[in-house]
Amino acid sequence: MSSVRGVDLVVKTGEIWRLSDQTAQVSLTLVKMLTTLLKPTSGTANVLGHDVVSNASAIRLRIGAALQEASLDDKQSGREILRMQGALYGLTSSEIDTRIEELSSVIDFEAIDRWIGTYSGGMKRRLDLAASLIHNPDLLFLDEPTTGLDPTSRIQVWDEVRALNQELGKTIFLTTQYLEEADDLADRVGIINQGKIVGEGTPDDLKRKIGADVLQIRLASDPEPAIAALQQLEGVDNVERGPNGLLVSVNNGAAAVSPVAIALDGIGAVVSALTLRTPTLDDVFLELTGDRIEVSA
Amino acid sequence: MTAPTNAPAHSTITAKPSDFIRDLITIATRALRAIPREPETFIPALFIPAFFFIVNVGALQDLTETIPGNSGFSYKEFQLPTAIIFAVTGISRAPSLVTDLQSGYFDRLLLSPARRLPLLLGLMVADFVLVIGLCIPVLLLGFVLGVSFGTGPLGVLMFVLIGALWGLAFTGIPYAIALKTANPGAVGASFILFFPFAFLTSSTVPLENLTGWLRAVAQSTRSPTSSRQCGRSPEIRGNGPSSERASSR
Repeated sequence: MSSVRGVDLVVKTGEIWRLSDQTAQVSLTLVKMLTTLLKPTSGTANVLGHDVVSNASAIRLRIGAALQEASLDDKQSGREILRMQGALYGLTSSEIDTRIEELSSVIDFEAIDRWIGTYSGGMKRRLDLAASLIHNPDLLFLDEPTTGLDPTSRIQVWDEVRALNQELGKTIFLTTQYLEEADDLADRVGIINQGKIVGEGTPDDLKRKIGADVLQIRLASDPEPAIAALQQLEGVDNVERGPNGLLVSVNNGAAAVSPVAIALDGIGAVVSALTLRTPTLDDVFLELTGDRIEVSA
Repeated sequence: MTAPTNAPAHSTITAKPSDFIRDLITIATRALRAIPREPETFIPALFIPAFFFIVNVGALQDLTETIPGNSGFSYKEFQLPTAIIFAVTGISRAPSLVTDLQSGYFDRLLLSPARRLPLLLGLMVADFVLVIGLCIPVLLLGFVLGVSFGTGPLGVLMFVLIGALWGLAFTGIPYAIALKTANPGAVGASFILFFPFAFLTSSTVPLENLTGWLRAVAQSTRSPTSSRQCGRSPEIRGNGPSSERASSR
């Protein structure tokens, strides 16, 4: 189990709070502690006003969670899973029927009476989400909800998450490795490195921290002299080595292109591509952790 | 990104605190529903006791019934409790518990407000129903081969109940292994623990016909022997001569 150290965070009611770490293991551990599946060895955590250790049962009544991979039973039908989940949350038979109707936007009614083993990955994920919502929780934990899904299914899941937050006001604690895909989804983002939160804020705030623009430079020559030369330039905030070349954070991209090109030419660097763009959360992650995020298939 | 889809409708329905009986019924219902969907889990338990019952009777009936001093002894009646024990031992939902642990479904159950004990007891309720179901065909086979109960239907019921309770008691071992290891191989191997109790006992021939060392061992492995002896006792099986003899063994 990966360790969580020095994590200090507050999630406000009604917001989508998103957490990212390199391997997803630390965020999984954190989610397991917040959902009462795992007891913290030290420190405290309150969820919806209740302590996760001393008042776990009160928390379980008001949270829903879909953890990594859809956790379902392949030899039960979708309806059987939903009815069982509802019963475990104390819902009467008629209340469960009502909730299944209310959750029609996330339930595939054509498949609801089929065994789950026949479902596609996307259908399982949607049923998993429906099972997490059957008792109408106030707070929803979604741990890597799109891992293993095709792009279309991923977009569908993000749309549903957005709708749950915007139309129903659900508070959502989300972990994902797909930083760019869900860039506009979260109100606030936390980035974890080595078990600690190293960056936290709105996506725009985090991007601003690394500069207004990014120059991505692909070199066909040794990058070290180029890094040294660029760090001397006025207007350059930072130079990082990324998987696709150098990432140069600058305040004014348009104004920086010429000096950067001249500086590189001056040291004899062979430039194969130079692109100006705005910073992404991937850039923020690289800046804060020194590494790109590993996206699982 | 596309525009948001329609969200689930607003609702006033909310979760309620757990209730032991409700949780137990919910878990047991799911487990019972799964049994016919996984025939591979119970078909061997039907075949093995019937096979051993027929083979043992074929091999040892004449031999044991003609031993001097065994007058009136019925080997079929003697073997029926052994067949029942074979049918009900080692059958449990523990492999499905392992699957739930590995798939994360058990975490989903733990996330609910359901109490922890019914999550396991519900499976054992299903086990109890299953082992009773497994006793019936073995019992029918015994009847077909001429075994009779002098105590009538109540004796049959008690006989099945004792077998089922033994089977239920034994399920605790694979469940403990499942929870500790979440390993299907380890759970499957738990049946080996039953072997000493199954074969180092008077399961195949009466106690006094065993060789000295095995008789001594059989006398020390009292638990399954006792449950078998209960099944062989005059109170359960009636007051026929073979029951009286078997119960003393």
